[in-house]
Amino acid sequence: MTVVNMTVNGSPVAAEVENRMLLVYFLRETLRFTGTHIGCDTSQCGACVIHLDGRAVKSCTMFACQADGASVTTIEGVAQDRTLHPVQEAFREHHALQCGFCTPGMIMTAIDMIRRKKAQDRKMIRRELEGNFCRCTGYHNIVDAIETAAEHCASDRI
Amino acid sequence: MIPYQFGYHRPGSIAQAQALFSSLHDARFLAGGQTLIPVMKQRLANPAHLIDLSRLEELSLVAAEDGAIVIGAGVRHFQVEDSPDIRRTIQALARLAGTIGDPAVRHLGTLGGSLANNDPAADYPAAVLGLGATIVTTNNVIAADKFFSGMFQTALQEGEIIKTVSFPAPLRAGYAKFPNPASRYAIVGVFVAQTHAGVRVAVTGAAPCVFRTTEMERALSIRFEPDSLSDVRLSSDGLNSDLHASAEYRAHLVTVMAKRAVTAALDGQSSPIRE
Ligand SMILES: Cc1cc2nc3c(=O)[nH]c(=O)nc-3n(C[C@H](O)[C@H](O)[C@H](O)COP(=O)(O)OP(=O)(O)OC[C@H]3O[C@@H](n4cnc5c(N)ncnc54)[C@H](O)[C@@H]3O)c2cc1C
Ligand code: FES
Ligand code: FES
Repeated sequence: MTVVNMTVNGSPVAAEVENRMLLVYFLRETLRFTGTHIGCDTSQCGACVIHLDGRAVKSCTMFACQADGASVTTIEGVAQDRTLHPVQEAFREHHALQCGFCTPGMIMTAIDMIRRKKAQDRKMIRRELEGNFCRCTGYHNIVDAIETAAEHCASDRI
Repeated sequence: MIPYQFGYHRPGSIAQAQALFSSLHDARFLAGGQTLIPVMKQRLANPAHLIDLSRLEELSLVAAEDGAIVIGAGVRHFQVEDSPDIRRTIQALARLAGTIGDPAVRHLGTLGGSLANNDPAADYPAAVLGLGATIVTTNNVIAADKFFSGMFQTALQEGEIIKTVSFPAPLRAGYAKFPNPASRYAIVGVFVAQTHAGVRVAVTGAAPCVFRTTEMERALSIRFEPDSLSDVRLSSDGLNSDLHASAEYRAHLVTVMAKRAVTAALDGQSSPIRE
C-alpha cells in the first residue's frame, strides 16, 4: 500500500491505495468519478483518457501511486456549474456521440489537442485522434465538433 | 487490474535506484509504463517490485553539445517531438518521435524505456542505429551497433540503467514508416542518414530485431537519391511474417520506405506514409 495525495477536479484527495491499483480504478471505484471509462485492456482505445497535470494520458496505463502529487482532471471536471464546456457543447451540437461510451475520452483528448494547437485542420484532428476509438459514429461528426470547438476557443483559454 | 501484489518504490537518485535494485528480489524499473504496464496487464510480466525512474531529474535533460544532441533516458516522446534544439539539429528524430503511438502514449513514454525494451517494431531503435548514436548507462558506454542484440534483447546487464543517448548530428536524415493501422507500431520503418562517417540505413519492424542494410548503404553512398535503391531488394529470409504482413511483403516495403526516407532526408523532413 502507498499513501497518495493528489488534486482531482480541483479538490484535494488523500488515500491509501494498493500499489497494483490502476489510476482509472482509483477514479472510478474509490472516488466514484465513473465518467472515465474502460474500453480495453491493451491501452489502445482511449476511453480512459484524463488530464494529468494538464496533459492527456491513459488512466488505465498508470498506477494510482504514480499520480501522487499530481493534478488530475476527469470529464466531471470540465463543465462550469451547469454550463457545458465548449467542447462538450460542440459534441452535443454536432451529434458527435451515439452510445456515448467513447465520449469522455474523446472530449479529454479534444481539449488537450486544442490546447496544444493541434486541431488546425481536419487531417490534423484525425491524426490526433489515433488513440481514441469510436465504434458508433464513424468519427465524421467528432471531427466536425472538434473543428468547431477549436474555431470558437482560444487555445490558452480552454 | 493487475492480479497480484507488488512493491512500488520511488528513489530520489540513480544511485538510490541502483541500491534498491540490488537489495530487492525480482525488481524491474518503471519509466513511462507504456510498455511495462500493458505487459503486466496481459500477465506476461510479473515483477515483485517496481522501481519508478520517471521522476529522476538526472534522466530528463536535453542538451545540445558540439555536433551532437544528448537526450536523457527519461525524456518523453512528446518532449523530443517538441524540442527546438532537436528539431533544429536532427529534425528527422523529432518527427519520428511524433509518430510513436498516439498523443497520450507520447505524453508518458520515454526514450530509455523504448530502447531497453527493444520491441522489434519500435521506432527509436531505427533512429539510434541509423544515426550511430551512443548509449550511456550506469556501467558502460555502448555504441548503437553493439546495443541491439535480438528480439527484446539488448546489451544491458541486470540492473543497468540507461542514463543518456548521444545522437551525432547527421548531414541529412529521414525516416519513413508504414504503421500498423491499429497500434501505430512499424510494420516496416526505415531510418536513413548521411553522416560524417558515411551513409547508414536502419530497418525496424521487418525482422526480429532492428538491423542495418549494407546493400542500401553502398548504393546510397554512390548517389544519395531515391532511385539508387530502385533495384535493391532485400531477401525475405528471416523477416517477420504474421497476420499483418508476410515476409515477402515486408521485404518489398523496406525498399519503398527506404526510398521515401531518402526523399524525406533530401526535403529536410520525414514523411510517415499514412496520416
Ligand atoms: C497504444 C500504444 C501504442 C504504441 N505505439 C508505439 C509505436 O508506434 N512505436 C513505438 O516505438 N512504440 C510504441 N509504443 C510503446 C511506447 O513507445 C513505450 O513508451 C516505450 O516502448 C516504452 O517506454 P516507457 O518509458 O513507457 O517504458 P516502460 O514501459 O516503463 O518500461 C519498458 C522497459 O524498459 C525498462 N526501462 C525503462 N527505463 C529504463 C532505463 N532508463 N534504463 C534501463 N531500463 C529501463 C523497464 O524496466 C521495462 O523493462 C506504444 C505503446 C502503446 C501503449
Ligand atoms: S481503457 Fe482502453 S486505453 Fe485505457
Ligand atoms: S459513440 Fe459509441 S463508441 Fe463512440
